[in-house]
Amino acid sequence: MAQTMNSIRNKVAIVGVGESDIGKVPTMSGLGLNAQAARRALDDSGLKLSDIDGVLTAYSFTEPYFMLGSVICEYLGIKPRYTASMVVGGASPAVMLKHAAEAIAAGHCKTVLICAGENRATGQSRDQAVAALMAVGHPYFEKPYGPSIPAFYAMIARRHMELFGTTEEQMAAVSVTTRAHALLHPNAHMKKPLTIQDVMQSKPIADPLKILDCCLLSDAGGAFIVTSADIAKDLPCKPVYLAGIGEYHTHEHLMCAPSLTEFGAHESGKIAYKMAGFGPADIDVAELYDCFSIVPIIELEELGFCKQGEGGSFYQDGYARIGGRLPVNTHGGMLSHAHAGAAGGLFGIVEAVRQLRGGLGARQVEGAETALVHNEGGVLSSHCTLILTKDKQ
Amino acid sequence: MNSELPIPVANPDSQVYWDSANQERLMIRHCKACKELHFMPRYLCPACWSTELEWIQASGLGVVHSFTVVRRAPMKEFDHLVPYVVALIELKEGPRMMTNILGPDALETRIGDQVKVCFEARGPDAKVPQFVRYLAQKGAN
Repeated sequence: MAQTMNSIRNKVAIVGVGESDIGKVPTMSGLGLNAQAARRALDDSGLKLSDIDGVLTAYSFTEPYFMLGSVICEYLGIKPRYTASMVVGGASPAVMLKHAAEAIAAGHCKTVLICAGENRATGQSRDQAVAALMAVGHPYFEKPYGPSIPAFYAMIARRHMELFGTTEEQMAAVSVTTRAHALLHPNAHMKKPLTIQDVMQSKPIADPLKILDCCLLSDAGGAFIVTSADIAKDLPCKPVYLAGIGEYHTHEHLMCAPSLTEFGAHESGKIAYKMAGFGPADIDVAELYDCFSIVPIIELEELGFCKQGEGGSFYQDGYARIGGRLPVNTHGGMLSHAHAGAAGGLFGIVEAVRQLRGGLGARQVEGAETALVHNEGGVLSSHCTLILTKDKQ
Repeated sequence: MNSELPIPVANPDSQVYWDSANQERLMIRHCKACKELHFMPRYLCPACWSTELEWIQASGLGVVHSFTVVRRAPMKEFDHLVPYVVALIELKEGPRMMTNILGPDALETRIGDQVKVCFEARGPDAKVPQFVRYLAQKGAN
């Protein structure tokens, strides 16, 4: 185990990041959004197209090809020696980074493009989108009862409220904090400020969650390029190094979750911290998965940034704001920047890289040297935590 | 009760579960090797991988572990039921399962409420286990 972990620690760097146009982009297909993000990531890296010899992607609800990895390569005109489409829900981008790092460290390929994205806003009707996402519910033992995805997370939120006294206002503070950050991001889907009252008075979806506790449906693609630390050091861009990464999976369906208050993020975080040789106190900025406002509250607790039950007050007290104790989701997260399938969590990685490179103006976390990103998939089912550093440790 | 709602689909893992539900019995799996009980039926025991499994009839009693009131249905078949309660029940025997809470007081559901199983007809030949509150209890706030 320890040997495996050391085999990728500091061995790879992210050298290019890119976002497609975000929001409602009816002029582009889902594959087009991936391609636009990939092209921007390549330009950002200073690498040539011919340098890419590996491609990983996730899945698409709006363009549900069987072999999406091969489809993306075909669309991009890349003939790689390493490709796959990996479906670990929202955890896919972080898990893909881990697989890319392992493949590069083992010498199977040198430079991997990782991309994901869909046209979720305009490529399907809202009803289609909501129904497609029901694929997460168990077809025989959950679906007959009509749960929505928000309903699953609402049950987790309700249990958290019951056991720890977390309030709807504290969850609203997550949406408000995240929106304030999105307003500092030039490419964020949401452009208007938000108040606690706006969230509290927004349309109820599945109690206690309201529409403004729920992530967006965007047209969006994201991409980043991973290469060996050796190649990275000679590139014109500023590389960001992978210091630690860990994953952990406890269930898929909520009815089979071992607990509604303790999840796999604790374990995935522990593995990542151990590999990096860091603890929560060493992290300068965190990009957490925020498909619903309750989720980053739980992740703050699981990843050791506060005690269990204190995630809500962490937000309410302003600790998660840029300038606070630990700025969280500085790009605006999936609640306000963009959410389009696996691209949602991927943008957390993009933002962490940008924060560590610096120069983001009002959005910049002063002196950020270490960033943590957490992706989760399913219903807090699959977890992957990664730690990135500005300098090679 | 409502033929529009999804009708359960049995497969070789779950045939006994759904046949029993049709006869108004709630069945769960018991591992003879490690004694573990589990809800979702499988070819083997998820705790010890023994295939020495048997079906036992659950008491049908349980406690609301958590719940939500759905105000926007995920599928149009459920639109006319909004608002309705989706809950996770912890059965007296231990395993958890998903259900609706039915009955006129369903919207008053709280965590910790005691519930018991009932069976809801779905189409002419199928029934799904459902739960009702049977002793109005205030949740542990």
